[in-house]
Amino acid sequence: MTQMFPLTLDQVLVRRRGKVVIGPTDLVLQPDGPTIIIGPNGSGKTTLLRVMHGIERVTSGTVTWQHNDPSQHAFVFQSPIVLRRSVYENLAYPLRLIQTPKPEVAQAVDHWLERIGLADMRHSPALRLSGGERQKLAIARALIRKPQVLFLDEPCANLDGHATREIEALLQEATAAGTRLVMSTHDMGQARRLAQELVFMLGGKVHDVGDAETLFAHPANKELSAFLRGDIVT
Amino acid sequence: MLQTFFEQTGHPELVILSAQWTLDIDWLLYFTRKDRIVFVPQQSKCTASMIEILEGLKAAFWLVITFDAELWEISLRSLRVTLTALLIASAIAIPLGTYLAVQRFRFRRFVISLINALMGLPPVVVGLVVYILLSRTGPFGVLDLLFTPTAMIIAQVIIITPVIASIAHQSMRELWAEYHDLLISLNTSKRQRILTLIWDGRRNLLTAALAGFGRAIGEVGAIMIVGGNIDHVTRVLTTAIALETGKGDFALALGLGFVLIGLAILVNLAIHTLSQTEREGRW
Repeated sequence: MTQMFPLTLDQVLVRRRGKVVIGPTDLVLQPDGPTIIIGPNGSGKTTLLRVMHGIERVTSGTVTWQHNDPSQHAFVFQSPIVLRRSVYENLAYPLRLIQTPKPEVAQAVDHWLERIGLADMRHSPALRLSGGERQKLAIARALIRKPQVLFLDEPCANLDGHATREIEALLQEATAAGTRLVMSTHDMGQARRLAQELVFMLGGKVHDVGDAETLFAHPANKELSAFLRGDIVT
Repeated sequence: MLQTFFEQTGHPELVILSAQWTLDIDWLLYFTRKDRIVFVPQQSKCTASMIEILEGLKAAFWLVITFDAELWEISLRSLRVTLTALLIASAIAIPLGTYLAVQRFRFRRFVISLINALMGLPPVVVGLVVYILLSRTGPFGVLDLLFTPTAMIIAQVIIITPVIASIAHQSMRELWAEYHDLLISLNTSKRQRILTLIWDGRRNLLTAALAGFGRAIGEVGAIMIVGGNIDHVTRVLTTAIALETGKGDFALALGLGFVLIGLAILVNLAIHTLSQTEREGRW
């Protein structure tokens, strides 16, 4: 498998309707992760993730992978998008797109249905699932093609503790299996539990980046320190 | 008073349920079986139009239960022409409507506006244009299609394609807004996006197709011009109704009208049943 990292963002700027959403900013992501992106609302976390995944065009600057293979990326959105199909068909969809043989599709889908505890609901319409179940389905659907990189945009927003714990377990398994996670979150507890690398966004720019343990223990500046304390930072 | 009338005229089986003389179905069966019509003697309640409607109902019922050969022939021709036109129009309009939902190009807005405007195409004008194109002196005269069911199908396809495309585009646009990020993030090709939207939006597309069917089955202006309403060749229910109305046989015209309505309802029900739109747990 070709190594995709490092991922280098050089002077990336995204402008929408004349307003700068992020940048100009720089960031380099190395092969080791997970990377957790934190920052106040409107700081550009979601846009940064979308730029890295390639679904948001940059106005200027460059995004460079060592070796880019879009089929090796996956993205989980804050509000899980489920297809108007059964739970089974939702999981099978990414594999069918790449013409995976039927027995392999069935095997992979069965494995993930068991793993996320939705085996009994395999034929139910996915839109009938609860928020937590939908998010688990979305993560399983993203992981079913065994991507090298998984981007997650606040996957546990609005979920209760139980659902959050289940999703974190899924993410830790994915990391152990070799998937590089890049995730944004508002939950500092979750950031502490999952992060190896921490990126702090403020005002559309990468304000701080570094080893998570170090930054949590010794915030590099007063803005990060205030944010980690729970103060309002703008 | 009404009860007494029915007893005196030898129709005690007629049931009067209210002062407005609501009658049960036995009454209808009775007068159609005997080919007689019994009117309530209160003329103020029975207007002329009501009598015609009742006669029309009677005619429709009679035509159906006697398996009238001509009725079956023109009904089947109506269905054949309309369903063929519907299949062809759907094959054009559904991918077109979906493509317009997912693809951005320079004149996209203009094309969408044009399709929406074409929904109101006057059938008579379509008929006239198709007539000119297919007539012996026209560019397609050599095909000898004028006054054939094929000419009627061509006219209907032109009329209903914008209807189906416009409704399909509307529902596909909403679905695309819902799926956009996911399908882009999965690195899908344009073809995969269109096929996914068509498959997942098939219930809405069915509604679009049924709207086209409704427009086509009731169409008369264009197919009268290009079909010519030739007996045993191009006569369909709508042109037959126009003919009977012209002849002054309103009862038969109305009877055919009721058959037409019944047919449209039956086809709609059949399509809904076959596609299991309302089945529990399905989309």
